[in-house]
Amino acid sequence: MRDSNGKPTVVVTGMGIITSLGAGKEDNWARLAAGTSGIRRINRFPNASLKTTIAGTVDFVPVEPFCSTELGERMAILAVEEAIAQSGIGTKGDFPGPLFLAVAPVELEWPHRETLAAASGDTDKIGYDSMLRASASGRFHAIHERCLLASVAEHLAARFGTKGSPISVSTACASGASAIQLGVEAIRRGEADAALCAGTDGSVNPECLIRFSLLSALSTANDPPQEAAKPFSKNRDGFVMAEGAAALVLENYAAAKARGVRILGVLSGCGEMADSFHRTRSSPDGKAIIGCIRNAISDAGLVPDDIDYINPHGTGTPENDKMEYIGVSAVFGERAKSIPVSSNKSMIGHTLSAAGAVEAVFTLLTLQNQRVPPTINYRIPDPAIPLDVVPNTARDAKVRHALSNSFGFGGQNVSLVISGEPQ
Amino acid sequence: MADALREVWITGIGIVSSLGEGGDAHWQSLNEHCVNVDAKRFAPYLVHPMVSLDLDGQIPKKGDQRQMEPWQRIGTYAAGLALADAGLKGNAELLARTDMIVAAGGGERDVAVDGTILTGKPKSNDPGAFLNERLMSDLRPTLFLAQLSNLLAGNISIVHGVTGSSRTFMGEEASGVDAVRIAHARITAGQSEIALVGGSHNGEREDLLLLHDSGGYMLRPPFKAVWERANSPGMVLASVGAFLILEERSHAERRSANPKARLVEVKSQRSSRPPGAITHTLSRMWTDVAPHRRAAIISGATGTEPATSEERAWLKTLADLPARATGTSIGHGMEPQFVMNVAIATLVLGREKLFSPLDSSGVEQPYEGPLHQVAVTSVGHWRGEGMGLIEATR
Repeated sequence: MRDSNGKPTVVVTGMGIITSLGAGKEDNWARLAAGTSGIRRINRFPNASLKTTIAGTVDFVPVEPFCSTELGERMAILAVEEAIAQSGIGTKGDFPGPLFLAVAPVELEWPHRETLAAASGDTDKIGYDSMLRASASGRFHAIHERCLLASVAEHLAARFGTKGSPISVSTACASGASAIQLGVEAIRRGEADAALCAGTDGSVNPECLIRFSLLSALSTANDPPQEAAKPFSKNRDGFVMAEGAAALVLENYAAAKARGVRILGVLSGCGEMADSFHRTRSSPDGKAIIGCIRNAISDAGLVPDDIDYINPHGTGTPENDKMEYIGVSAVFGERAKSIPVSSNKSMIGHTLSAAGAVEAVFTLLTLQNQRVPPTINYRIPDPAIPLDVVPNTARDAKVRHALSNSFGFGGQNVSLVISGEPQ
Repeated sequence: MADALREVWITGIGIVSSLGEGGDAHWQSLNEHCVNVDAKRFAPYLVHPMVSLDLDGQIPKKGDQRQMEPWQRIGTYAAGLALADAGLKGNAELLARTDMIVAAGGGERDVAVDGTILTGKPKSNDPGAFLNERLMSDLRPTLFLAQLSNLLAGNISIVHGVTGSSRTFMGEEASGVDAVRIAHARITAGQSEIALVGGSHNGEREDLLLLHDSGGYMLRPPFKAVWERANSPGMVLASVGAFLILEERSHAERRSANPKARLVEVKSQRSSRPPGAITHTLSRMWTDVAPHRRAAIISGATGTEPATSEERAWLKTLADLPARATGTSIGHGMEPQFVMNVAIATLVLGREKLFSPLDSSGVEQPYEGPLHQVAVTSVGHWRGEGMGLIEATR
């Protein structure tokens, strides 16, 4: 089977997910469909003096001492194991295709710096010269390996036996969708019959939280934590940082059929367009968002009328939700008011580099269950955003084709069209 | 499958390093055996510092310059040179459909803030609160955006208007190889017509010296050519900006763009590097890219071990093919090093001759003969092997 451009149709045969709601598809879907929030008080580090003290942390994957990159890697392993097990592809440690990983940029974290500073023996004035004296001892090779940008993908590639050079992609908060797009393109090019696409992010540490806080991007509605994330509401005041990972096994439809494996859905279209307006804001006319959504729908060989559900970026920042509405209403016209548009982030928070992959899995589960998860905490509608956000309670719906949007700092826009199993 | 009729041309290059700005300056420096290495600033570590750039020439707004840290300025500047070289600068219609793949690391730390925190935190009664307070008051809000890996691409979109698509690959040396590989594959498969590909690296950073010294990968003085470092291995970090315009042949012909060279093939691999694995991988990739007889090799050897010795062992199997490692003259630019070396390969093909050796170990031999193809290698200091093949279009 080929798509409308004569290229191989790309299907999903395995999915894995971990979020603050739990590990695995079953628990995650049950809680998501029930409108459960995974947002909680941060107890990982002191935060009493901070403006934001809540996040969607994944505390049930222990990492001691805490290291964001380490948590990201462990969550990714769990998600990939679940996806490969469902797909039944390859053999243990031998995945027959490339790896595309969405991962947060890596650098030394404070515990690494403090280890090196302590090893220097300096107490009076500690600087990089102190740490460089310690690093020269040759005792800290593990810090080098952990803090290379390639490390998480390299470890996953070695563990799961993916083929070729693993690619670590960053398009900020659209990274997860970019990883999937890279996999779709590789299969369409005929380079591989399968691709492993994953996204992971364990960024809830003091510096990351403070960096987002300094940009005024985060909700400060700390009490109660579960009600802080309120996408599309008039009183929305920012996103809630969160952790998670998701993995998808993508396959050429013909190869999946030949294996006799269950097809979970179709990655029918990918679209992207960069925005040149500003580092953190979209062009006021929504040009790049509109172009991105249209590119994805057109790549799927569909028209806007074919889309039955939208899984929006829906962060809950005043800016994002306003701009996303402008984009959606421009593409869908009058129908924008009646298509269900529900934000997973109202429950799981914003899983940043993982979000595009996490939300692709939730979109596939939406298609599979023919049930649309809600946007929770929707109590004060924003009259400027007249969308059907599926307020507070899930509902059954006929969904054949869904759109999943991901936008990020740096003018990043990626949209995916995900469809049910081909008839 | 790749359409054999769709050729990928290199129609623009933009390069900056310690050797200068642009193709002519690099060619001249390479032929004059220039090596600009600073042994004092970060002693005992060595670095190849960026030449002084007239930033206004490519980043006209001071406000944009202020929003960036040096690594982003270097990259945005080099991207501008490449766009200008290909005749794309200011062509809004073309830029709006130009795809972009950037190979990026992370941005500079504020080393003063880090030092203050590391000095004060152990003495504080409440170390956790101390860290929070210092970060809240001392971090510049915009520093985050100057550090984010994908914000080099973001700045290129803003300053130069490249908006067809924007993807950033991370992962040290391999990210540069894969950026070129994926852009090439997308063009040959009809998924893209024209792409800006490259990256930048600011090697003049204590935070990066610290990272790589922790792994034991930094060269200690005295400075030597990369092939001469086997007894005291290590790399010398370099500041490098390198971008290419890759373009489908008929697309280039329709707008009368001149090819600098043809990008024939790009391969990349990973292995956990048991002994001999790098040599084996390079041999396999060499077979895959299938050069003709008269090829030269521009090597991305870093001077670290075992990578450099294994690459040298592979080179020996090629008998009489001439090789040159830019790691000696330019230094090691990490993410954009492969892109830089592809650009150097296009200079070699354009001048129809190879620059003279800069090595007394015997790996680099004089060569005066004709050249039609150049293979470019990349063996990452820790992981990642890659190879590209570039040939003359004449």
